[in-house]
Amino acid sequence: MKRCASIQAGSAFLGLAPTKPHYDVIIVGAGGHGLATAYYWAKNFGITNVAIIEKGWLGGGNTGRNTTIIRSNYLQDRRPRSMKGALALRETLSRTLNYNVMFSPRGVMMLAQTEHEVRGYKRTAYANALQGVETRWIGPAEVKRLVPIMNIEGPRYPVLGALWQARGGTARHDAVVRGYARACSQMGMHVIQNCEVTAGVESVGGVVSAVNTTKGTIGCGKLGIVVAGHSGHLANMAGFRLPVRSVALQAMVSEPIKPAIDCVVMANTVHGYLSQSDKGEMVIGGGADHFNNYTQRGSWMHIEETVRALVETFPMLSRLKMLRQWGGIVDMTGDRSPIISKTPLGNTFINCGWGTGGFKSIPGSGWAMAELVAKGEPGSLARDFSMFRFREGRFIDESVAAGVAH
Amino acid sequence: MLLLTCPCCGVTAEETEFANGGEAHLKRFGPGSTDAEYEAYMFARKNPRGVHFERWRHAFGCGKWFLMARDTMTLEVYGAYPAQTIEPPAEIQARIKSRRPEWEGYK
Ligand SMILES: Cc1cc2nc3c(=O)[nH]c(=O)nc-3n(C[C@H](O)[C@H](O)[C@H](O)COP(=O)(O)OP(=O)(O)OC[C@H]3O[C@@H](n4cnc5c(N)ncnc54)[C@H](O)[C@@H]3O)c2cc1C
Ligand SMILES: [Zn+2]
Repeated sequence: MKRCASIQAGSAFLGLAPTKPHYDVIIVGAGGHGLATAYYWAKNFGITNVAIIEKGWLGGGNTGRNTTIIRSNYLQDRRPRSMKGALALRETLSRTLNYNVMFSPRGVMMLAQTEHEVRGYKRTAYANALQGVETRWIGPAEVKRLVPIMNIEGPRYPVLGALWQARGGTARHDAVVRGYARACSQMGMHVIQNCEVTAGVESVGGVVSAVNTTKGTIGCGKLGIVVAGHSGHLANMAGFRLPVRSVALQAMVSEPIKPAIDCVVMANTVHGYLSQSDKGEMVIGGGADHFNNYTQRGSWMHIEETVRALVETFPMLSRLKMLRQWGGIVDMTGDRSPIISKTPLGNTFINCGWGTGGFKSIPGSGWAMAELVAKGEPGSLARDFSMFRFREGRFIDESVAAGVAH
Repeated sequence: MLLLTCPCCGVTAEETEFANGGEAHLKRFGPGSTDAEYEAYMFARKNPRGVHFERWRHAFGCGKWFLMARDTMTLEVYGAYPAQTIEPPAEIQARIKSRRPEWEGYK
């Protein structure tokens, strides 16, 4: 009862906060990354005169639209540093927030269906071992043992093995957002929904001073832009450009069925991702569009492509009805690695570029962004992720390394 | 699914027949340019919500490149024109302006 009451009280806070004329820090975007950033300001730096402003509803962006796969088996050194921390944080997140984020470390399997992938994943397994990330290369027999509903025979893309991370899994996206939002509210921050930054970012002498929103002009000492697919739009308002393109990424869920698969399977060559939700729905993610798009729909061809691929690998799916389909606008950088960075506008910081795979990194990214904004300089987590790395040729090339960025 | 018409061969086809080549009308900066110019050419993108000028290739048709004005909010196509065009034709700019009076121009 007490727990329920506190959750109620927490939610009652949301959206009702009156806007003050000025905050020490404003975050644009109440997705997972924005809220986590605000949370770690209070926790690590004691900053609470903060507003998190959101144009729609809490988690209505990509955080509430993603397929919730959590893994840390990246090839590049600099990514696991933040991802592994994220996985560890994730494991204790429910306790920290006193909100059940339903983290389910059910295991993530990345299928190798070409010789290139076999080589690539074996290499990743070695790299992960050096980074201290537990992953393992497994053969087709073990794949079949772990996922009996899988057809490993092909014919077009037989399963040659997989990279297996037993500690990876899924979490409840809404719960992550609500848990952070409630914690922020309880620490005195204002989470303001239905408040869109529309008419631009104001500055005085090259330093941000206020944002113009649908709820009026709100002054700020510092500004954090954490709006995923809308980063280019906000950057244009703040007077700079980003190495980012916004495209639609889709997902869909089937009708609920009895438990059939108890881990996450990613098939990157054929573009299909599958896990089963606690309600029994098959949660399916596919490929991203190739053209700039802000419509949150995505192309029909990707649904066809994904379903075709998954039916070959999981023949039993062919009998299922799909219940819902949706899209999110993902922010793709040139090197498929994120940006946590100062910007050309003073006291203005940006966290974006998580593209198709940033749900897993919410705690670690929030931590790094909080440190950057609080101190004005990046700490060890954010240092490599500056938006100026492109000018300097210091790419963190995860697209080549992982073949896919989810 | 986008339905696009290739200005080179006149064929109208689904988007799967075409390949998107990103933002159009970028000025190339090569050797001898400043780092900032090279970065602006190579990486920095407008990525607008709304009117977007972009490159396309009729990859599984005539194989030719062309340019197109398309809206990233509505997916409306305002028109396609030859790849050898320095800036969007006046006629296409006028069409955009009539559909979207608040449009600030292509710069
Ligand atoms: C279909 C799909 C599947 C995915 N699958 C996975 C997965 O399996 N695993 C994984 O790790 N990641 C996945 N991702 C990626 C992941 O969802 C994102 O990287 C992550 O959620 C980004 O969080 P965010 O807080 O940065 O952005 P968001 O959650 O999008 O939050 C940004 C917020 O900013 C708000 N906003 C935008 N413009 C304005 C404005 N002008 N004023 C005020 N507010 C504004 C938006 O409304 C939004 O709520 C997937 C994404 C999609 C779309
Ligand atoms: Zn053609």
